[in-house]
Parts: sequence; C-alpha cells; structure tokens
Amino acid sequence: MGSYLLKRLAQVPVVLLVLITTTFFMMRLAPGGPFAGDKKMDPVIQKKLEEKYGLDKPMLVQFGKFLVGLPDLGPSFKNKTKTVNEILAEKFPTSAYLGFLATMFALALGLTAGIVAGVRQNSGFDYGSMAAAMLGLSLPVFVVGPVLALIFGLYLKWLPSAGYDGWSDWKALILPTITLGLPFAARIARLTRAGMLEVINQDYIRTAWAKGLSEKVIVLRHALRGAMLPVVSFLGPGIAAMLTGSIVVEKVFAIPGLGMEFVESAFNRDYTLAMGTVILYGVLLIFFNLVVDVLYGFLDPRIRYS
Amino acid sequence: MRSSLSVALALALVAPTFAGEITQNRTGDLKENWKEELKPEDDAWKSVDQTFRFNNGTEPETLDLHIMTGVTENRLATALFEGLVSQHPETLDIVPGVAKSWTISADRTVYTFHFRDDAKWTDGKAVTAQDFYDSWKRALTPATTCQYGYMFFPIKNSEAFYKGKITDFNEVGVKVKDAKTLVVTLTNPCPYFLHLAAFKTLYPVPMAVVTKHGDKWTRPENIVSNGPFQLQEWVANQQITMVPNENYWDRKNVRLKKLIAYAYTDPETSYKLFRQGKMDWCTTIPTPKVDEIKRLPDYYAQPYLGSYFYRVNVEKPPFNDVRVRKALTMGFDREIITRDLLKGGQIPAGYFSPEMLGYKPPKGLRYNRVKAQKLLAEAGYPAGKGFPTIDLLYNTQESHKQVAEAIARQWKENLGITVSLRNNEWKVYLAEVDKRNFHLARGGWIGDYVDPNTFLDLFMTGGGNNNTGWSNKRYDDLIRGAAKSGDQKERFKLFYEAEKILVEDECPIIPIYIYVNQGLLSEKVAGWYENVLDHHTYQYIWMEPVE
Repeated sequence: MGSYLLKRLAQVPVVLLVLITTTFFMMRLAPGGPFAGDKKMDPVIQKKLEEKYGLDKPMLVQFGKFLVGLPDLGPSFKNKTKTVNEILAEKFPTSAYLGFLATMFALALGLTAGIVAGVRQNSGFDYGSMAAAMLGLSLPVFVVGPVLALIFGLYLKWLPSAGYDGWSDWKALILPTITLGLPFAARIARLTRAGMLEVINQDYIRTAWAKGLSEKVIVLRHALRGAMLPVVSFLGPGIAAMLTGSIVVEKVFAIPGLGMEFVESAFNRDYTLAMGTVILYGVLLIFFNLVVDVLYGFLDPRIRYS
Repeated sequence: MRSSLSVALALALVAPTFAGEITQNRTGDLKENWKEELKPEDDAWKSVDQTFRFNNGTEPETLDLHIMTGVTENRLATALFEGLVSQHPETLDIVPGVAKSWTISADRTVYTFHFRDDAKWTDGKAVTAQDFYDSWKRALTPATTCQYGYMFFPIKNSEAFYKGKITDFNEVGVKVKDAKTLVVTLTNPCPYFLHLAAFKTLYPVPMAVVTKHGDKWTRPENIVSNGPFQLQEWVANQQITMVPNENYWDRKNVRLKKLIAYAYTDPETSYKLFRQGKMDWCTTIPTPKVDEIKRLPDYYAQPYLGSYFYRVNVEKPPFNDVRVRKALTMGFDREIITRDLLKGGQIPAGYFSPEMLGYKPPKGLRYNRVKAQKLLAEAGYPAGKGFPTIDLLYNTQESHKQVAEAIARQWKENLGITVSLRNNEWKVYLAEVDKRNFHLARGGWIGDYVDPNTFLDLFMTGGGNNNTGWSNKRYDDLIRGAAKSGDQKERFKLFYEAEKILVEDECPIIPIYIYVNQGLLSEKVAGWYENVLDHHTYQYIWMEPVE
C-alpha cells in the first residue's frame, strides 16, 4: 500500500508538468493578447506593458520564469491590483463550499434512491426513481437552473434567484446546490442501484439472510459496502467536477466563484489566471482520484496494492 | 423616445469672438444658481433610506485613474474622484470642480485654473496644483502604461513626452504657479479642452500614496481620494460600498448615505434582482427581453455617444471600387434594423459622428435600391453577377448576428450579393480586424468626450483604429485644420466636410445606427438625468419615498 501510494505520488509532478506546459503554450498560441482592446494602444505603451508583465521575453524564457516562480502564479493581467494567488484564494472557497453542499446533497439523494430502488427491484419506486434519474442525467444544468430560479425565485418568491452575499447567505445556495447536485445524484442513484442488484444475489448476502439478520442490517452493513464500489470510483472525478465544474451554475445564479474566473480568464487571455485555475483544477482532480484509489482498498478486501 | 440627439446635445460653448482674457466658473447656458435646480423640493426624502444600489456590470479591473479604461471603472471614479472641472449631470456643461474658476487667454491656448481653498483629499490634505502636476506627469510617463494618454495631447509637448521623444516634463505645458493655481498651455486652441479636463484620466491621484504602495494603492486599506464619496468596502466580484467623503468641499449637498455598486455580469441576473427590488438602477437590460421591459415604467432609453458601423477593407477587390462600397451602403434599409430588430430606439444613421454641441453631421447615403443596383452594374456586377461572397466578420454576440443577418438578407434581395457571416470570439475578432483579414467587419465606436473629433479622427491615414486601409489626404487636412482652429463654427464646417467625404463620397465604412443606452431606474431615484455620455453624478442623486 505504502509503495503504491509513493508511486502514485511520484506521478503527480509529471502529470502536472504536462498539464502546465500544454496550457501555457496553448494559451499563448491563441490569437489576440491580454492587452488587445477595441481602442488600439500606442505602440510605446504596448511595449511598456509587455515589459511590465515580462511578455517581451522569448516564450521559453517566460515559461522558465513561470516554472521557477511557482507556486507564485504572478499578477493577473486583467485585475490590475491583484495577484493570481489572491484571486484563487478569494474565489475558490465559494466554489468549494457550493461543491461540498452539492456533493452532500447528491450523496444523500442518490444513495437513498439507489438503495431503495435496488432492494425493491421492479417496484413502482424503482421505476419512478430511475425514470427521474434518467431525466436528471439528461437535463443540462443550464435548463434546470433557470427553470428552478423561475419557479422558486420569481413565481413563488421562496428563494433568491440570483446573487450570493457570503457564508451567511445560505438561502442563496439552495437552488444552485440542487442544480449542481442533481445530475450527480442521478448518477449515484443508478450506480448504487446497479451495485445493489449485483451484490444482493451473491452468496454472502444469502448467508446473511440465512443467519436470520434483519433486512436493515443486511442492506446497510453487508450489501451497501459492496454496492458502493462503483459509486466510490465515480466520486473521485465526481467531487472534483462538483468543486470545480460549477461554471454554468455559477453563471446562472451569479455566484462569484472560481468557475466564472476560469471562463473569463480564457476569454480575456489572462494568461496567468487561466494557468492558475487550470493548475488548481488539475491538482484537485489528481488528488480526488488518488483518494478514491486508496478508499477502494478499504472497501473491497479483494483489492490489494502491492 | 427622442427622435433627435439635438436636444440632449445642445451644449453651448463660450462665444469664441470674445477678445481678451475670459474668466469663467462654468460654461454654457447654466444659470448662476444651477445647483439649486438639482435639489429636492421638500424634505420628504429625509424619511427614506438614502442608499442607492446599482449594477456596475462586472468587477472593476482597477481604481487607478491612469490605468482604467472601461465604463465600469469610470462609474466608480465619478463617485470617488474629482477633476479640475466636472460636468453638469444633465446638460454635461462644464461646472467647477477642484477649480472654482478659470481664465482663458485671448488666443485660447493658456488656461489658468484657480483652486478652491476647501478642496481636500479623504486624508484631510488640501488638493493642490502640485497634485495635478504630479498626477499628469505620472499619467504621461510611458512606464505608467496609461492607455488614455492621448486625452492630454492638446497640451503642449504632452504627446512627445508620452511617446518618449522628450524626457523633461518641464517642457510639457503644465506649470504650478502657486499651490492654488495651475497653468496649462495648449499647442492649439482646443474648444473642447475643458471637456477633456473633465475626463477621468486628467483627475488627480494622491501621489504620496501611489509612491508608497505602488500598484496596490487603490486597495481599500490604502486608497485616498478627493471626490464626493469614499471607498468603504470592496468585496471582490460582489459589491463595492461607498459612503460620503466628510472632507468633500460640497459635502452639504451630498444626500446619499450609501452608494453600492454590484458586479453582476449577466444582464438577466441584474434584471431579476431589479424586479425583486434589490437594486435601484440596472445599467443594462437583457436585450432579448426588450419587448417585455419596454412596458415597465422604470425603463429608459437615452441616446448614446456611440456609432455602430461596418468597416470595409478598401484594399481588397472589389471593395477597392467606390461604386461597390456605395452600392452596399445604399443597398439596405437601416430602419428595418432599428425599428423591427433592435427596437430600443436606436437611431438609423447614414453618418458616423452623432449630432452633438450643435454639430450636424451630413445625411449620408440613404437607402436607394435602384441607385444601388445601378452602381453595382456600373462596377461590373449587374444583379450581383460575378460578385464574390462577402466575408462579414463580427464578434460573437447574438445581436451582432441578427443585424448581420438582416443586412445580408437585404443585400441578397436587393443586389443579388451573397454574404458569409463569420463570428469570432472577441480577442480573435480584434486580431482579425487588426490584420484586416475581412471584407467587412462590424465596428462600434464610443466617443470619449463631447466633440466630433473623438469620432472623425479615427479614419485619418494610418490611425491605429482606422483598420480599413482607407487614406484620403483631403480628409486628413480637414481634421487637422479643425484641430488647429479655435472657432467652433469653422471647426464644425471642417468636420462636416470631412464626414461628407467619409460617408458620402468614399464610404470606407458603412454606418448603421447611433447607439442608445437602455436600462431600468427605480421610481424612488431622484436627481438622475439622461445624457449622451451615460455619465451619472451620484452626488446629485437622492432617494424619494414611493408608495
């Protein structure tokens, strides 16, 4: 286990380097620079700006400087008074908080629906919840979000339809959490149900029934552990996606998180900020996948890392 | 809806025939007690919360007056800083700011500004002539990278200094006579110089603070400003809160207790919040909903100092043929675009510069199908036969697409010409326009100040924003002549002649419409006026009770 973990950790810098290199050069190959605007700049000023941000140097030198500077990601090109690190530190907590809430919501809803549907196979609940899950999977967030905002925000006026004023403003996060969490809940429900169905017919479950254990114990203690495996493997990239992938949701509900910065930075050719968000997302993705692999070993005694 | 810009733009300037030195403390037709007219009639306002909340559209890039370039930043600078002079909130006439009065020399090239004694920074220090000298020096120093440096160019030697041709700032036409007197020397009489002085780039920055904190001087914990409001809190990407500056010389006339600028980028969100009563002023509207929004009593549409047009790449055949350019210009009905498509009161225009200050642009070429067909036939393309498919470039946005489609459809029907629409994301579009990689390209130009020059100098030979490949010596001479003249009538005559060449004789651009600014303003808001620059001076705004 220890050596496996070490091996995986050793891969991290390599993966990151590939990611950074690709992003760095792709960004710079895109037409138009960070300072292009509809009013043409005086060449003298353009030159001074490039000097100020080090863009006058050859690209390889810029790349080298960037690598050496890490983890300091440098100044943002767009936001003239802040560094990329500051922007990330400012924005990421909001996205992470929303992602955390959405994960909790997705797990609670998905697991419950999946377990019940699996145990009561071919029942009305099974059909109903799986149909709902199918719908949840196929409806894009940019449809679900505005519809929810319309119903609960504008017509019923129960919840705010947009905006977010910070931690205490939990009401503003209800609709975004549901919007973001729904497709994941649907995935989890389907995976749990499938896992349940597979496990429930296995010998060790039959043994448990034979021992006369109650349904509750069988389902929650014996069956669920095995049924969770596909869910767990999905959770790795799933959580990373919820922490970072709230781009559309943030846009729909006007939540000032990192997702918005990510999109804007690409459009603005804010090289450093785009770089920073990509690296942060990359690190998260790698981290959660690693956690999942480790968890696997605990959940499924058949898997041994050597 | 106003059908003409002339009412809003009737800005009168000082009669140029005056001999000898002129002392002013305001320009235009303003009454002596103009401020009285901007006050509430009774005390009813005192019973309501004096908080004004508006959507500023996005997170400001900076509050540094010399670095800022956008409307978002400008709205905040209006509240936080004050220049030598300011603008009347409705007429945009020049009114005193830090300078309580000024004198203009007989040849109209030397402006002497007399500072008021009670103009102070938020830290209590007096605003002095030296502050302006130091600020302007900073703005013009190339390393500051001030993009709006050209706003200073009428000042003697400022351009040479900005472009690094001279390095001694003492040669630039700005002198500190004493702590309360600033003398500015211009190269030529420039009738709109005071309007430039009211532009944010010419406002003062607190040099001691700038030197101490560098790029970080505008952060809430560091910033020192001299306007009617001061920065209280800045929550990134959410809101900026401002409160009255207790040191402001006209503090007694500032009625708002709080000014909140939100950073919602999506007009749809902003609209939703406005409908929920969480905002008093929406600076934009979600355009797809214009029909619904127009019915609201809070809706407004004001003519805006901006022009929407297509650039023609005159170096690419067949667009090098003026008959082709004229045929295209005459070959579609602008009314269809403004009346049936945009519906916001945009003014269909065959000219490029909007009407302003009594300047009346030429009519331009009107929609004339028959004549357009004839011109095209003369150019060798009867009924569009043999005409290459036009490559029409625009930046990705729904409304640009709709306009382009509507025009393309008309060209197809009227002239038999096929257009291929090409949309590019903003930065790619800019690069393409810059490389002149297009036949026609969508353009938009917003005036920096109220003078036709801000539009017409665009198409001078080799101008950085010309981007058409068009060059005309006569046109250049006329624009240069207007820059040298101090006589407003003569200037406007020169501008008119130049614009006639641009939009009637040569047509390197196809003008389409003059912008309007649409938004939503709550009925509670008083002291907010429509004007062509969409500049709104918060110090005159207050909130009224509404049942």
